[in-house]
Amino acid sequence: MLSRVADSLYWMSRYFERADNASRVVEATYGLILNPAKFSSDERWFRAVSSLARGTTSTNLDPQRALFLLVADSEGVFSIMRCIAGARENARQVREEISSEMWEHLNKLFHEVTGTDLHADDDAEAMRIVNIVREGAYRFYGITDTTINHGEGWHFIQLGKYIERACNLSILLDAYFSVDKNADDLDWVGLLSSCAAFEAYCKVCTAELKPERIADFILLQPEFPYSVRYSLDRMHHALTSISNRSLSRRTGKIERLIGRLRSAVTYVQIGEVIRGDLHMYLAAIIEQCRDLHAAVNEVYIEYPIEVAFES
Amino acid sequence: MIIDTDAPDQGASEAFRRYEFNGSYDEMFRSTDLPRKQYRPLYTQLLNLGADELRRSKQEADQSFFNQGITFTVYGSEKGTERIFPHDLLPRIITAAEWETIERGLTQRITALNLFLKDVYHEARIIEEGVVPGKIVYTCKHYRREMRGIKVPRDVYVTVVGTDLIRTPEGNFVVLEDNLRVPSGVSYMLTSRRVMKHIFPTLFRKCRVRPIEQYSQVLLSALKSLAPEGRTEPTVVLLTPGSYNSAYFEHTYLARQMGIELVEGRDLLVHDNVVYMRTTFGLQRVDVIYRRIDDDYLDPLVFEGHSALGAVGLFNAYRAGNVAFANAMGTGVADDKAIYAYVPKIIKYYLNEDPILENVETLLMSDAAQRDHVCQKLDQYVVKAVGESGGYGMLIGPHSTSEQRSEFRDRIMAEPRNYIAQPTINLSTAPCFVDGTIEPRHVDLRPYVVYGENITIVPGGLTRVALRKGSLVVNSSQGGGSKDTWVLQN
Repeated sequence: MLSRVADSLYWMSRYFERADNASRVVEATYGLILNPAKFSSDERWFRAVSSLARGTTSTNLDPQRALFLLVADSEGVFSIMRCIAGARENARQVREEISSEMWEHLNKLFHEVTGTDLHADDDAEAMRIVNIVREGAYRFYGITDTTINHGEGWHFIQLGKYIERACNLSILLDAYFSVDKNADDLDWVGLLSSCAAFEAYCKVCTAELKPERIADFILLQPEFPYSVRYSLDRMHHALTSISNRSLSRRTGKIERLIGRLRSAVTYVQIGEVIRGDLHMYLAAIIEQCRDLHAAVNEVYIEYPIEVAFES
Repeated sequence: MIIDTDAPDQGASEAFRRYEFNGSYDEMFRSTDLPRKQYRPLYTQLLNLGADELRRSKQEADQSFFNQGITFTVYGSEKGTERIFPHDLLPRIITAAEWETIERGLTQRITALNLFLKDVYHEARIIEEGVVPGKIVYTCKHYRREMRGIKVPRDVYVTVVGTDLIRTPEGNFVVLEDNLRVPSGVSYMLTSRRVMKHIFPTLFRKCRVRPIEQYSQVLLSALKSLAPEGRTEPTVVLLTPGSYNSAYFEHTYLARQMGIELVEGRDLLVHDNVVYMRTTFGLQRVDVIYRRIDDDYLDPLVFEGHSALGAVGLFNAYRAGNVAFANAMGTGVADDKAIYAYVPKIIKYYLNEDPILENVETLLMSDAAQRDHVCQKLDQYVVKAVGESGGYGMLIGPHSTSEQRSEFRDRIMAEPRNYIAQPTINLSTAPCFVDGTIEPRHVDLRPYVVYGENITIVPGGLTRVALRKGSLVVNSSQGGGSKDTWVLQN
């Protein structure tokens, strides 16, 4: 597969996952602010914004503006619309690689989402878009899994999806747990819904909402698709499948990085993590995901020509 | 003229209420209420369908094109980077007998033009013997001196050709223009067929339309036949300028249909005169490049130095015989509009046959007598710049203003070699569904010719329509659209 194509598939998938994640977080947060609580709605919006729009520092966000910023802002790089546009733009670069069904769905979603001229005070319309994206995401994942070969391209798509998910979940956990003193049950429900995890959590742990259990579930659950551990396992699977196809390549660094990441969530107990420094622990996961991204880029995408002629 | 109001069905008079004839050959009607035989099933169907139903079908088709992203880019419009290709719902129908002539005529013409290319880049006998003036060949903008003496695989210069045919008022097909460089539009032919099958399934069966879906296989095997010797499992790629090119949809479509890689210049690199593409496994050798970028941008070392579209060293690899291009470089010399005037002689010279498809009468502005004649009667002629395509740089005399004419007169005087003139020909008209009724619009026909082991022309082509009433310009860049083209089984 062409390196450029692999790169576009990877980014298509990352942008899509980012939009999907944002839509769930916005929906959960919007549900939360309708209830009175110890937290003000501003604080709740800030929590959402800080987990999605990395680098935002302003604490006094007008809630209306926050919603608009997360859904339709065309300046920032993180709004749902921008992420969908980014996913589509990458898909457009590799249209011959993805199935017509994938392209058509993504293209349609793009036009549905960007076709409306959203006003800053139109909550209902903003939430309608969020809903379209959330539903659209499930379909896109289904279509992706059923309409193309599960070959190299698909593995790059999986890699993009799960590396993005692992990072997003870590950031979200950090945002909730860094202010957990004021959190009430509703906030924990909000966190779980942001990870599409509320029902799954209840099945495993009952509806008793204990922060430690919730952290355990979202971080270390091996069988739930929106957990960090599950994401890292899928990344490992994708990376192994990709490297198995190219025997002579120097993939040692990638194997070491993913191995280390996985062991950080496989051989640990939530008690030690919580009692230790959760923030540092999550920051390390995010940092190592970045390193992994750089290593993949160096081995498969932008390798130096000299290296290519050596083998 | 208005369709007979005594027609049996009230819907008929309604549907064809605005169908006016203008002296052109009409594809559908022999006269007012008398459709040609091949159009009768369509005619009946149209009588039975109401305008609402047609409108619904039209919307369905548009939506399908839009969702599939079958769009093109219009240069010069600031916002509309992507638009769906305007498409007319009603098929254009060609009989088996008509097609037989077209097929033989094009085969003859392309064979001769290919021989011409080989000749001008080698011994140039045709020039030496005075059949075509050397002055015209060597002053051609698309003549590539670098190609002199280079042996191209199997002597095939033009793998893909899209020749524009028009129909005279007498009903004969004539050649308007040869496109021997990078003709486009074939994806619209293929995708609109798919949509039409969806919309008119019964009509399809009734008419016995010949299939065109095999185009991709035909093209792929032609491309493979160009592979350098010893490369038994050749790697064929399609080289695109990238996603901002107006024909990007087509590039992705063809690459997917043929199952080959779609590459951009930045994916390629040349090492020791061998072309490689950069893959996740490492570098992979490339044997045949179906290039959809112009000669000028292929290799910055040889041609346009600023171009980032091609790859450095491609031409040397080509000269070394390690990679093949389709089409070869320098084929533009044979579709130059001044050379066009000599094509009948070229056919006679190489094949010793009379042309099966006639040319449109063409006056060369480099000839003083012809120039004077045309300049006095500019309002009766179509003037075209010889090296341009896509409907750019042309004057349509009867539809021009006196300022435009005097501007063209100056241009012709400044650069006579650069212009030709042709009498204005009323292209034939075909029924189109416009604003809720059926009206005639001017059309041409671009069949696609593939030169592989032998010459294949898939039965069909792109019928281009000038959607503006009365307009004779069918180019998509100038407000033209397309129609599905049905060639009938014998």
